[in-house]
Amino acid sequence: MTEEEEIKKQTLEILESRSRERGKLIPILQDIQAKFGYLPREAMLETANFLDIPESEVYSVATFYNQFRFVPPGKHQVKACLGTACQIKGGRIIIEAWQRELGIKVGETTTDREFGLERVACVGCCAMAPVTVVDEQVEGKVSPTRVKGILLAFDLAKQKTSKKVKKAKSS
Amino acid sequence: MEKIKLTIDGVPIRAKQGEKVLFAALDAGIYIPNLCAISGVRPHAGCRLCFVEIEGRPQPVTACTEEVAEGAIVHTDGPRIRRLQRTALELLLASHPIECKTCPANKHCELQNIASFLKVNLNTKRFRKKLRDLPVDDSHPDIILDPNMCVVCSKCIWACVEQRGIGALNYAFRGDRTIISAFGGDRLVDTRCDGCGLCAEVCPVGAISKNVKKST
Ligand code: SF4
Ligand code: SF4
Ligand code: FES
Ligand code: FES
Repeated sequence: MTEEEEIKKQTLEILESRSRERGKLIPILQDIQAKFGYLPREAMLETANFLDIPESEVYSVATFYNQFRFVPPGKHQVKACLGTACQIKGGRIIIEAWQRELGIKVGETTTDREFGLERVACVGCCAMAPVTVVDEQVEGKVSPTRVKGILLAFDLAKQKTSKKVKKAKSS
Repeated sequence: MEKIKLTIDGVPIRAKQGEKVLFAALDAGIYIPNLCAISGVRPHAGCRLCFVEIEGRPQPVTACTEEVAEGAIVHTDGPRIRRLQRTALELLLASHPIECKTCPANKHCELQNIASFLKVNLNTKRFRKKLRDLPVDDSHPDIILDPNMCVVCSKCIWACVEQRGIGALNYAFRGDRTIISAFGGDRLVDTRCDGCGLCAEVCPVGAISKNVKKST
C-alpha cells in the first residue's frame, strides 16, 4: 500500500463513525490531525467528499485555525515564541535565525523530516524571553548563535548514535 | 407590499421593506462607496466603506447591513463619514499594488472609482505599504487569479459557491494573510472550475480576470 492509500484507509476509518453534517468538520479535522500529526491532502479530500462540500471549503476552514498543520511534523519540533514579551526581546530575529539555519519557513518541515518549525504565542516563561521550545526542552534567552549551537548539538548526538549503530552492526 | 418612506440626503425615497439602505440609495442615484455588497445577498460587511449617518443614531452605520426604516433620515455625506471612508480606503490601498497601467481592471476598477469619489490619491502614503508577493495563477484557459490584487470582498466566493454551486475557490488563511485560493493552493486548472467567468465578472478589482491571452 502506498502512503497515500494508507492515509485514505485510515481517514475512512475515522469518518466511518461520523454523521455527515457540515458542523462536524472541525472535530473531524482534529481527529485526523491527532492521528497523523497533520492534515494530509488525501484526508482533507476524503472529508470533503464525506461531508459533500467543496474541497476548497475544507481547506478554507482548516487554514483559518492555527491549530492545523499541513506538513508532517519533524522528528524534532522547534517552537519559537512570539508572545508579547518574546516579541519585544527580539523574537522575530530568533524566528528568522531558525528559518535561515533550517532553510524552511514557519509551518514547514525540513525535507529529511528531521526538524519542523512553528511559531507559538507565550509558553509561560516570559522572564527568559526570547524563548524557543525544542521538543519539550525550554531554551531561554535565545540568540542566533544559540540557535546554531542547539542544531550543532543535535548533529553531534545523531553522529554518535549512527556510530553506535555502526559499531553494533559490525560487532 | 407597503413601501417604506425615508429621506436620504434630503431626497424622499420609497423602498421595499427589508431593503438595505445602500441599495435604496444606489437605486435612487445616490452613490455610497461600497466594495463587498451584493443586492439581496446576506451582507459580508468587510470593506467598511459604506458608512452613513442616521439621525438619532449616535454612531455611523454600514449602509449594506442597515435596513430601511419608516421616517429615517439618512446622510451619506459629512466630515465624519468621509473620514471613516477615507481611512478604510487608505487601509485597503496599503496592501494593494498600484499597477493600474498593467492591471486587467484598469478603468473599470472599483478602487479607482472610489478613490476618485473620495478624493484619495491611489498612491497614498498615509499607512505603511505592506504588499504580498504571492504567485499569480494563470494556469486556467479562461480566468487568471492574482491574489496580490484581492481586496477580500468575498464576491467571487458567492459567485462560485452560491451561484454556481461549484466552489472551486474559497478563502484560505486568516487576518492579513487571508487570500482567495483553490484547495491546497492548487492551480485553478486542476480544480472543477469550468471557466464560466462569473467570479471575474463580480470581482471589483483586477484580482480575478478573464484570461484574454489564452481564450480566443
Ligand atoms: S470561472 Fe466559474 S467555476 Fe471557475 S472559479 Fe470562477 S465562478 Fe468558479
Ligand atoms: S478575488 Fe476579487 S471578487 Fe474575490 S474576494 Fe478578491 S477582490 Fe473580491
Ligand atoms: S512571551 Fe514568550 S514565553 Fe511569554
Ligand atoms: S459594502 Fe458595506 S461594508 Fe462593504
